[in-house]
Amino acid sequence: MAPSSLLKAALIGNPNSGKTSLFNQLTGLNQKIGNFPGVTVDKKTGISKLTVDQQAEIIDLPGTYSLYPKSADEQVVMDYLFDAFLKATPDFLIVVIDASTLERNLLLFTQVRDLGFPVILALNMLDLAERDGKKIDIPTLSKKLNVPVVAVNARTGEGIEKIKAAMACPLHNAPERYFKPVEIAPAVISAVKSHMKIDNDYMALLLAHQYEGMLSLSAYDKAAIDAIVKENKFQSYSIQSTETLKRYDLIRGIIKDSISLPPVSFEKNRWSERIDKVLTHKVYGFALFFAVLFVMFQAIFAWAQYPMDLIDGLMGFLKQTLQEALPSGSLTDLLTEGVIAGLGGVLIFIPQIAILFGFVAVLEETGYMSRVMYIMDKVMRQFGLSGKSVVPLISGVACAVPAIMATRSIDNWKERLITIFVTPFMSCSARIPVYTVLIALVIPSRPILGIFNLQGIVMMALYLLGFLAAILSALVLHWILRSKERGYFIMELPTYKMPRWKNVGLAIIEKVKTFVFEAGKVILAISIVLWVLATYGPKEGMQEAKIAGEREAIAKGFTPAETENYIASKKLEASYAGHFGKFIEPGIRPLGFDWKIGIALITSFAAREVFIGTMATIYSIGDQAEDTDSVVQKMSKEKDPQTGAAYYNVARSLSLLVFYVFAMQCMSTLAVVYRETKSWKWPIAQFIFMTAVAYVSSFVVYSLFE
Amino acid sequence: MTKIPKSVADLKPGEKGTVCCFNDEVMSLKFLEMGCLPGSEVELSHKAPFGDPICIRVGGYALSMRLKEAATIMLID
Repeated sequence: MAPSSLLKAALIGNPNSGKTSLFNQLTGLNQKIGNFPGVTVDKKTGISKLTVDQQAEIIDLPGTYSLYPKSADEQVVMDYLFDAFLKATPDFLIVVIDASTLERNLLLFTQVRDLGFPVILALNMLDLAERDGKKIDIPTLSKKLNVPVVAVNARTGEGIEKIKAAMACPLHNAPERYFKPVEIAPAVISAVKSHMKIDNDYMALLLAHQYEGMLSLSAYDKAAIDAIVKENKFQSYSIQSTETLKRYDLIRGIIKDSISLPPVSFEKNRWSERIDKVLTHKVYGFALFFAVLFVMFQAIFAWAQYPMDLIDGLMGFLKQTLQEALPSGSLTDLLTEGVIAGLGGVLIFIPQIAILFGFVAVLEETGYMSRVMYIMDKVMRQFGLSGKSVVPLISGVACAVPAIMATRSIDNWKERLITIFVTPFMSCSARIPVYTVLIALVIPSRPILGIFNLQGIVMMALYLLGFLAAILSALVLHWILRSKERGYFIMELPTYKMPRWKNVGLAIIEKVKTFVFEAGKVILAISIVLWVLATYGPKEGMQEAKIAGEREAIAKGFTPAETENYIASKKLEASYAGHFGKFIEPGIRPLGFDWKIGIALITSFAAREVFIGTMATIYSIGDQAEDTDSVVQKMSKEKDPQTGAAYYNVARSLSLLVFYVFAMQCMSTLAVVYRETKSWKWPIAQFIFMTAVAYVSSFVVYSLFE
Repeated sequence: MTKIPKSVADLKPGEKGTVCCFNDEVMSLKFLEMGCLPGSEVELSHKAPFGDPICIRVGGYALSMRLKEAATIMLID
């Protein structure tokens, strides 16, 4: 058998053209996500088996309407094409075209062709075009455009074999020049061409327009092009506008013979519009949106519980098995208490993240999410946010890390920055265990109005509190930040479609992977560091703690298991973490917290739910019974050494709850904010701001209730 | 009395118009690439609650925009 050869291809097309569906059809589960160099936009690549001995590596480029980028996502396309142009990779580009809006989709096609890339045109959504009464003559279109045109249905998978066959055939489309930029800007083009040593007029023109934003240009080249542009008084806007109009003229000429439009009287397919009238209605629209949110949160709380219990049980089993099988020692402890516990802390969140992003994917697939952005935009704008901020804010309820990455679709930098800044205020899944314990501790389970439970209402109030903090902080930032850059809300509302479950499934896998690899590695690393801090301490202190613990245990007549747990808590007190806790105690005393809570606040930096485990150790429950009930029980028995009353009284518990609602206690989030904003300024500002809000609110709550 | 030039922002739901030109160069580039060109017929489909943003039909698809943006698309009267 001949050795298999690997072709390289890239998928490019308008948003909503079905590009990602086609990518999923071609590659299936053979996908991996990486990063484009220098930016944080996800780079999805996959392998597609074309024939027995030929495979293609396909890159799914972000959707764009033209080669003039207006967001971070779109900039990637231009940088990728420039790089591909210089290196003469890939072998070809597949331009995905939505046949129902053929004219607009062909704009990008002509631009790509003018760069000289070999192209296969994948004509998608012909069924939609036909429903609109449009008929497309594919052979004529192919002849006119001088490229292979393959009809596909990315939803059903129809035509996938044909496109694979077209990819396997060597491609020889002659270079085409649709638009002749030399006519508009001859001097600039020839100067850029000779400086960059390239021979393509259109690439030279694109560089003259976009050199400032290009990530793949060196500072030297940027300066040179800048000089050329200034010297020739290059009118970027008017030239771009001339180009686009010229292209539309050309496109109309080309498709004139290959498309037959419906007669004017033809009642266009307006069902999507009729659905819109209901879904964007000022009463029904909002009512439906809140109903969807309600179901979503219900699902996160109720459905996720089963798989979460399962994961919890499995990790517990694994830990116990390893502890029994391996010789006892610090290495085993590191593995079981540090690594396994950290891993468990990561895996436990997967069900909630999968469910939430499953919902988001379905809403996006159906086209409903665009309508949510549409109806929420005016409201969100009052707070300096955009309708597009809705998705990150909702996602923040699962985990802020993928939520912050979802802000990339917001074109306006100020709106995006504010969204990034306030998203961590949304109560994420890691806060739930903390809320549960503290609520169970002081809020009685009492029915309210017959159907509600007081504990449930307090839980909801905490979510609301987080949301209010997000939205009010956005308002503050809206006043502080000044921006001349304009935000667009010029956005296509795609027609409603049934969700493709394959796409939903792949989207879930993608988000879970993001969480595990982005947030997970930080959580794991910090868990290990914290384990070390909580296990080791100044040598003499640790020794004394052990001896004192043993002595006191005998005096109190503890069983061997109780003794072990008691010693563990004594050792924690003497450890580095204990010292830290005592070090910050003066600072947190106004909030009603002692050094024990101080340790929990510090360990919460790995993930907030570590609070429970820390409390379990501090109150010497031992790790065999690390469940919520025993922690609650133990904490409720803790007495205030001065007054003898319950230590975790209403004031202290509420103060702690409020602190966890507001405080920035997540390293993974800070890391992702740094990456997305490319500066330490924003994560630091966020940390200080959120911690300050938490501190002040806790102080107020504690003073009020005490 | 001079007539105030009409823009897409002035359309009522169901009302149609033909694009004449744009009064904001930067914004116009985005509209052009979205297929909203001088000479295109546009129809206001619906408005979001609170009257902003709005959704128009152009080139066979639904395009939403804020009122401020719609005000830059001038119509032939």
